[in-house]
Amino acid sequence: MYKVGVDVGGTFTDVLLVDLENSKFFTSKVPSTPEDSSQGVLNGIVKACQLAGADLSEIEAVTHGTTVATNAILTGRGAKVGLITTKGFGQVLQIARSYVPGGLGGWLYYQKTPPLAPLDCTIEVDERMGADGVVVRELNELQLKDALRSFDDKDIEAITICLINSFTNDQHEQRVREIVAEVMPGVPTSISSEVIPELQEYERTVTTVANSYVRPEVSKYISNLQTEFDKKMNGASLSILRSDGGLATANSAMNFPVYMLMSGPAGGVSGAIWVGEQAGINNIITFDMGGTSTDVALIENGQALVRRDTTVGDVTVRASALDVRSIGAGGGSIAHVPELTRALRVGPESAGAQPGPAAYDKGGEEPTVTDANVVLGYLPQHQKLGGDMEIRKDLAEKAVQKVADAMGLGLYEAAEGIVKIINEKMFGAVRLVSVEKGYDPRDFSLMAFGGAGPLHANALGVLTQSWPVIIPPGPGILCAYGDATTRLRNESSKSIIVNMGDADHSKLLAEFAALEATASDGLLSSGASETSGLSKKHLQSKHEIDVRYSGQGLVLTIPVSLPEIENGSFDQIANDFDALHEQLFTFRIDGEKEFVNLRAIVLGPPSELELSESTANSDATVDDAKIMDNEIFYNGAMHASKVYDRAKLEPGHTIYGPAVITEMDATSVVFPDHKADVDSRRNLLLSPTA
Amino acid sequence: MHEKIIQTNNTPFKLIDVDPITLDIIESALRNTREQMDATLFRTAMSPGIREQGDAFPMIANVDGKMVVGQFGSFIHGFMDGFDGELEEGDMVFTNDPYSCGGAISHLNDYLVIKPIFKDGRHMAWAAHFGHLTDVGGRVPGSLPNEAREIFEEGVAFPPVKIFRKGELQEDLIKIAIRNSRMPNWNQADFKGIIAACTVAERRCVEMAERFGDDVFYSALDALLERNCRAMRKLIMDTIPTEKQSFEDYICDDALGSGPYKIKCSMWREDEVVIFDFDGTDPQSPGSINFLLNEEMFKMFCGTFMISAFDPQILFNDGFYDYVDVRIPEGTLLKPIRPGALSCRTHALGRIFDVLSGLLGQGNPDFLCGAGFSDSPHFMYSGYDKNGEWYQLYQIGFGGIPARPVGDGPDGHSLWPAFKNVPNEFLEAYFPLRIETFECIIDSGGAGYHRGGNGIRMGYHFLEDGEISVHDDRWLTYPWGVNGAMPGKRSTKELVRADGTLELLPSKCDLFQVNSGDTLYFNTWGGGGVGDPLTRETERVLQDVQYGLVSHEAAKDSYGVVLDGKIVDEAATVALRKEKTVDHKEDGKIFNFGGSLETLRANCMAETGLPAPVAPDFSKRRRAVR
Repeated sequence: MYKVGVDVGGTFTDVLLVDLENSKFFTSKVPSTPEDSSQGVLNGIVKACQLAGADLSEIEAVTHGTTVATNAILTGRGAKVGLITTKGFGQVLQIARSYVPGGLGGWLYYQKTPPLAPLDCTIEVDERMGADGVVVRELNELQLKDALRSFDDKDIEAITICLINSFTNDQHEQRVREIVAEVMPGVPTSISSEVIPELQEYERTVTTVANSYVRPEVSKYISNLQTEFDKKMNGASLSILRSDGGLATANSAMNFPVYMLMSGPAGGVSGAIWVGEQAGINNIITFDMGGTSTDVALIENGQALVRRDTTVGDVTVRASALDVRSIGAGGGSIAHVPELTRALRVGPESAGAQPGPAAYDKGGEEPTVTDANVVLGYLPQHQKLGGDMEIRKDLAEKAVQKVADAMGLGLYEAAEGIVKIINEKMFGAVRLVSVEKGYDPRDFSLMAFGGAGPLHANALGVLTQSWPVIIPPGPGILCAYGDATTRLRNESSKSIIVNMGDADHSKLLAEFAALEATASDGLLSSGASETSGLSKKHLQSKHEIDVRYSGQGLVLTIPVSLPEIENGSFDQIANDFDALHEQLFTFRIDGEKEFVNLRAIVLGPPSELELSESTANSDATVDDAKIMDNEIFYNGAMHASKVYDRAKLEPGHTIYGPAVITEMDATSVVFPDHKADVDSRRNLLLSPTA
Repeated sequence: MHEKIIQTNNTPFKLIDVDPITLDIIESALRNTREQMDATLFRTAMSPGIREQGDAFPMIANVDGKMVVGQFGSFIHGFMDGFDGELEEGDMVFTNDPYSCGGAISHLNDYLVIKPIFKDGRHMAWAAHFGHLTDVGGRVPGSLPNEAREIFEEGVAFPPVKIFRKGELQEDLIKIAIRNSRMPNWNQADFKGIIAACTVAERRCVEMAERFGDDVFYSALDALLERNCRAMRKLIMDTIPTEKQSFEDYICDDALGSGPYKIKCSMWREDEVVIFDFDGTDPQSPGSINFLLNEEMFKMFCGTFMISAFDPQILFNDGFYDYVDVRIPEGTLLKPIRPGALSCRTHALGRIFDVLSGLLGQGNPDFLCGAGFSDSPHFMYSGYDKNGEWYQLYQIGFGGIPARPVGDGPDGHSLWPAFKNVPNEFLEAYFPLRIETFECIIDSGGAGYHRGGNGIRMGYHFLEDGEISVHDDRWLTYPWGVNGAMPGKRSTKELVRADGTLELLPSKCDLFQVNSGDTLYFNTWGGGGVGDPLTRETERVLQDVQYGLVSHEAAKDSYGVVLDGKIVDEAATVALRKEKTVDHKEDGKIFNFGGSLETLRANCMAETGLPAPVAPDFSKRRRAVR
C-alpha cells in the first residue's frame, strides 16, 4: 500500500509517494494547473506511480497542503457572502479596527481593500445578548425574516452570522441559522460561535466571514478531488493540512476552511520537523524561500510555535496557525533605487512567475534577486530550472547594471548589494521568530528549503550563526514530505475571562472535558476513522490556557496539566506564565492573573515513516560529482570555484567552499571558509571550517 | 557627545565612509528595533489607550541627540537643557513635565523615559519612549480636566529625574507615581513596559555596533541623517516658494465658554531654508487647550508630509532640521507660559495637521487633501459599581479620514499612526455599559469627487450611575473641503436619558453625571471632500447609496445624481448636474470652510443647539512661574 503527500504551489505541484511496506520514497514535480488544481494533483500522482511502478488503486491515503483557500482571498475570487449582525453593528467590517498602516501621514496614501462581505449584503437583526450571556432583548424573528428578503436579488452564495456577545451564549446565533435555513435552504451558513467562540466582535466577524468567503471554493475543490479518488483510487482517504500543522479530515476542511489558510507554509514546517527528527536535530529555524516570499518559523524540541492569528493579504483572522512569518522577499523581488534618496531598495515588488527575472528571458527587464545570484555565479548558467528553462547570464547582467549605474557601483558590487539587502530582510524575519521571542538563534540549526532557500542558506547562516545549516534532500519538495508525515489534529477553544483567584477548579475541568469531546468528535465523525480504523483510544490530547495579567491586552498560551488542576492548584500555570512573560518582555508584574481562553487539542497517532539511512558507496569520491569549474563573487572579490552534482554525492563526503552544488530543483552555495558535510540521510550540513 | 554625559572611555568615534549597502542594512535593523520597542510596550501595557489603541511613541537618536528612527522627531536637546544633572552608564531618566523638557511631551499623562546608550564606556546613542497613561492624578479621573486653569490641577508632575541610577531601579519614584494614580496597577504595568522598551533598544543598538563596528555604527547614523537631509533639501527647493503664504484654522472653544482660538502659520523660503512662522496665533488660553509645541517635533510633522510621497520606505529622521526654521511666539496657544494648563492639547495637536496640510497644499492644489485631522476625541466614564469597585474608562475615538487625491477617505478610521479602536465586546466585558450602536454616520463625509470619510456614531448605554467627561472639537467650525468639495459634518454629543429626554452636551465637559439607563451618542466629525461632487462617477455615488454611506437625498442635493430605485436616472442626472454647475460657478475657491466665523457664530444656536462661545478676552496676560 502507498501513502501520498501533495503540495500545490504557484508554479509546481510536488508529489511524494511512499511505499508503506519498505518506506521507499518516490517524488514527482509537475506544472500546477491554476484553473483547476486537482488536475495537477492527479497528474503528479500518476507520474509518481509510474516511477514507483505502482497502481493508483494501491494508494490508501492522500494528505494535502493547499493554497486554494489563501488564493481565494488574495485574488478576490471567493464567494459572495451575506452577513447578519446585531442591530447597530452592520458596519463592523467597514470600520474594522480603525487602523491605518504606515507612519504619520500613512493615511495620505492608504487604500483600504473592501470588506469580504459587502455592505449591501449585510443585514442587522434586532436582538441583544449581554456580556454575561443573559439575553437583553429577545430575537425578533419577524424582523429577521423580513430583512432576509433583501438577499433575494443578491445571488448570495454563503451566509455568515456574527452577533454581539455570542461567544458567551450562542442561542440567538443558532436560532438565526435555523431561520436562514428555512428561508434560504441550501446556502452554506457559518456562525461565529462555532467557528471561533472568542471575545472581540471584529475579529470574530472577519474570521467567520473569511470562512464563508473561501468555503464554496474549498468545498468544490475538495469534493472534486475526493470524487476523482473514489473513481480512480478505490476511495483513498483525503486529509488536508491545517494552518497549525495538523491534518484535518476532508469533511472538517470543507466546513472550517478558515483553518486552512496557511496550509501551504505549514507543510514546509512539518517537513522540517520530520527531517530534523531523522537527523537528530530538534531545534530548528526554518527558512523557506520561494519566488515571491520567504517563510520563517521556529521549532523547539521538535515542535513549532503556534500563534493565534493568521494573516493573508489585508485580512487577519483568528485561527491558530504555526507561527510562520512571511515576508515579501524572494528570488523574484525587484531591486530599485529611488532617485530622491539614492537608497538601494529590494522588494516588496516582485517579478513573480510572469515576467519573472530577466535571466529567465520571458520578458522581465527589472533586476531581481535571482538575476543578482546569476551575476555572482551562485546560479550557474547550466542549471536547468524545473527541467528545461535556460538561464541567460547576459540578460541578468544587463538588468543588474541599472542598479550599479544608479548607485555608482560596479556590476558585481551592485549584485552583491542586492543579495545582502534581501538577506538582511530575511534575517529580520528570523529575528522575529527567535531573538524577539527570547530565543538565541545560535542554539538552533537553520534549515533552508524552497526553490531559493539553498542559494541563500550559507549567507543566512553567517548572519544567524545557526550552525549547522541544513539543506535537506529535495529541498524544493520538502512541503510534500511534511504533508505525508504529519498527524491528524483538531482543536476547540472558548473564551472564559475569569480572575485566577476566582476560577473554579471543577468548572474548568468540565469545560476542558467538553472542549476535548468536541475536538475529538470532529476527528472521528468523518471519513478518516472508517478507512484507517481510527478510534478514540488512538487519540492524544493536550490542553492550553491563555493567561494575562489582569488588565493587559496580550495573552500568553500556557500548557496545562489536568491532574494538577484536579489537585486544586493553579501554581504551575502561574509560575509558567510569570517565567514566559519575563522571557519575552524582561519583567514580571506583581498583580492578579486572568484566564482568558481555554483550548483542547486532539492529535491522531504520529507518523512512522523514516528517511532511509544510507552509507557511502565506497568507490565514489567527491571529484566524481564535479561537473565543472566556475567563479563566484563573494565579499568584494572573485573566487575560483567548482560546481558539483548533488545526486552523485555520498554520505561522508565533504565539499569545501567556494563551491556550488546543483540538483533538480535547487542550487546550494558554499562560501569560502565554509564546508558542506553529507550526513547519513543525505542532508547537506553547512558550517564554517575555522 | 553632550557635556552632561560622563564617559569612562573618552576615545572619540571616527567618522568613516560607510558603504551604501551596509547603510541600508543598518537602516532596516533600526526600523526593526523600533517595531520591537512598540511590540514590547503594546503587549505588556494595561492602559487601553496604549495596549488597544497604540498611544505610544519610541525613538532612537544618534549620539548628538538627533532622531534617527521614530515618529515625532527628537527632543533630546530640549530635554537635556531642562535636566540639571549629569548622566552616566546605567542611568535612565524619566519625566512627564512638558515645561521642563521643551514640550518633548505635551501633557502630564505622557510618561517619557530617556536612556543614553553606552558601549565599552562610550556614549553612542539615545533611546526614548513615551506613552499615555490612563491616570496620573489631578482633579478628574483620566487627568485631562477640560476646565483646568493651571497645570497643578492636571496631576503629579515629575521633572526629569533618574529612574535608574547606574543600573539600579529607583523604586521610590515608582511608588510615588503609583500612589498618585487612580489606576495604580495600570500605571505600574505601563511604566515598566516603557522602561523595558528602552532596554530592548539599548540591547539592539549595542548588538549592531558589535556586528558592524562602533565607528561604522556611529558613521552610519550620521549618513542616514545626511541622506534625509539631501532628499529634503531638494524637496524644499523644488516645492516651497519664496513668497509668503499663510493659512489659519481654529479650535472651536476652550471649555470655559470662549472661542474660537486662531492658529495661524505662514511659510516662505529664504535661500535653502524654509521658515514656518506662527505669528498671528492667538495668545494662550486660560483653560487647558494650550499645546506646548516643540519646534523640532513640528519640523518632523512637515517633513513627513512632504517626503512620504517620494520614498515611502525611507526611515524618516532629523537630518534636514537645519533647513527648517520654526518660529513660535511665546505666550501663545502653541507656546504657553507655565503654569498654563495643557492637558487637553489634543485638539490643537490635531489641528496643526490640518493647518499644515492647507498650508503646504495650497501651492499644489493637485496634492491637497480635505480637513479631518481635526481632533483625537476622548471619552471618560468612571464611578463605583454595585459591588463598590472603582471603574474608569478612557477611550480615544475616531472621525472620518479626509478625502485624498488618491481616493475617498476611509470611514471611521484613525489618522494617528498605529491607533486602533477598542473592541466593543471588550468594553462590555470590563465596564458597566453596553454599546447600542457602532456605525458610521450617513452623509457626514464631505461630498466631493472623492468623498470624505464618514464619522462614527457610538451609543454608550450606561449600566451604572457615574460621571462622564467628553473631549472633542469641530463642533462649531467645519472640517473643510477643497477644490470644489464640501466640508464634512460637525461633531455632536447627544445624551438620551432613561425617560427618553434628549440633552445636548457641549463638545468639552468634565464629570457630567449620568445614570443607569441613560445613553450617550458620541458622534464624531466627517472628513472634508476633495474635488467637485458633481463630477463624481455616478456608479460610485450609487454604490455609496446602496452601502448606506450616502443618502438618496444627498446623492441628489450634493452630487446631482438622481436615483430611480436601484438605478441611476441618467437623463435627469445630466440635467440636474448642469443646473447645479451653473449655480455654483462663481465659487471657484480652493477651500470651503462652510461659512465665515461670523456666520457660524450667528447660526450656532439654531444649528447646533448650543450657545456660541464668546470671543476670548486676551487682555489679562499672566506672568511666568518658573
